[in-house]
Amino acid sequence: MDVLKGTYRLKVGLAEMLKGGVIMDVTTPEQAKIAENAGAVAVMALERVPADIRKEGGVARMADPAIVEAIMDAVTIPVMAKVRIGHFAEAQILEELGVDFIDESEVLTPADEEHHIDKHAFKVPFVCGARDLGEALRRIGEGAAMIRTKGEAGTGNVVEAVRHMRKIMGQIRRLTVLPEEELMTEAKKLGAPFELVKWVAEHGKLPVPNFAAGGIATPADAALMMQLGAESVFVGSGIFKSSDPDRMAKAIVEAVAYYDNPKILARISKGLGQAMKGVDVTKLPEEELLQTRGW
Amino acid sequence: MIIGILSIQGDFIEHKKALDSIGVDNIFVKYAEDLQNIDGLIIPGGESTTISRLAKKWGLFEGIKKFSRPIMGTCAGAILMAREVLNEFDEKEDTPFGLIDMVVKRNAFGRQIESFETTLNFNGKSFTGVFIRAPRILKLGEGVETLITYENSPVMVKQGNRIALTFHPELSPDAILIHEYFVSLIK
Repeated sequence: MDVLKGTYRLKVGLAEMLKGGVIMDVTTPEQAKIAENAGAVAVMALERVPADIRKEGGVARMADPAIVEAIMDAVTIPVMAKVRIGHFAEAQILEELGVDFIDESEVLTPADEEHHIDKHAFKVPFVCGARDLGEALRRIGEGAAMIRTKGEAGTGNVVEAVRHMRKIMGQIRRLTVLPEEELMTEAKKLGAPFELVKWVAEHGKLPVPNFAAGGIATPADAALMMQLGAESVFVGSGIFKSSDPDRMAKAIVEAVAYYDNPKILARISKGLGQAMKGVDVTKLPEEELLQTRGW
Repeated sequence: MIIGILSIQGDFIEHKKALDSIGVDNIFVKYAEDLQNIDGLIIPGGESTTISRLAKKWGLFEGIKKFSRPIMGTCAGAILMAREVLNEFDEKEDTPFGLIDMVVKRNAFGRQIESFETTLNFNGKSFTGVFIRAPRILKLGEGVETLITYENSPVMVKQGNRIALTFHPELSPDAILIHEYFVSLIK
């Protein structure tokens, strides 16, 4: 009997299992346990959360494998980790460690300004950020099994994630009403593979799960992204930069599950303490934006 | 006939698509009262720790424990149906729904890179079994019958009108015979 591993169906399948859930950034085994206990569907193992990467500057690289392993040993839910855009050697190392998902992430300093990783070459699934449909379909063409909005990580400001999600969903809706003969021109404009453009036009959705990330800091933010069409939510700095991470984590998990029920959202949003401070994205100088990394 | 699909987390939409493809009416179950009007319940794949926590918090837990009509659990759903659950570190986990007399171990085949597809057989037909960070059924109680095995261990079992599967029929179109079988338990 044939046994197949690392197939695209298995990669996208794991992404499907994470739908309706929250993926939380953690930097220690203790934080990972808090996240798991709060109901996170997965954790992202990091050395520093994006808010600290932003503050400290310098080159941000893949986390120390020892940290990633310690987190893998602490929890039973899937563990993700980030690699620099284009840095396939970092990805080879994380695959060898056995992480469950790799995020080729603009939060780290890009290693290649022209090429992203050939994700088909790996058995482990990848998630990539996108600001519009063209970018999402280019990443899927390279083998990404999950797309997330880029947003603007480490800001605690949801405005960019909203912009990116609205853009992607709007472009998807547009494709569904175009006549067949206009799809090639549209593929050219989007800079996206034609076959994927056709697939999206036919199905009205991305061929892989579409999650929200980058600036989500409260249960209301999470509910907003879900109502805009996200299938799950990544919360980076928003949990462990808040004054009561355990309560904030639980509340965001519940907000994602019951995103369309204002009664429940009102109840879980009460008395959560201070959300992360956050920054006004319009005050950020162009060179400090993370979302413009990658293409 | 209406089948409910527990939809607090996981791949419930894939189950909806599977049921839609064979023309079976279905609704999402997110609140305890949704259990009143359904003839069968599917507990989907997802993260069992997340589903269990939310089910407890929002009042679905007791309702599902008492649900007397047919239930099908896939992967995380099967874990939630077990009488006893061990995690990958062999530690006992707390309180699943306890609907089938079996002991299940989570993530028993390893991490995601060990996830696999293989051919399974049911009622003389073969189809693709998709196993994602799959659990393994370690022990079965007396009233539990094995319907499908893989490498000599059960991957689909039945107790009364309840079935539990460690794979994902909702992720492969040729596995629709599993949904059809579940529907036949309701009729």
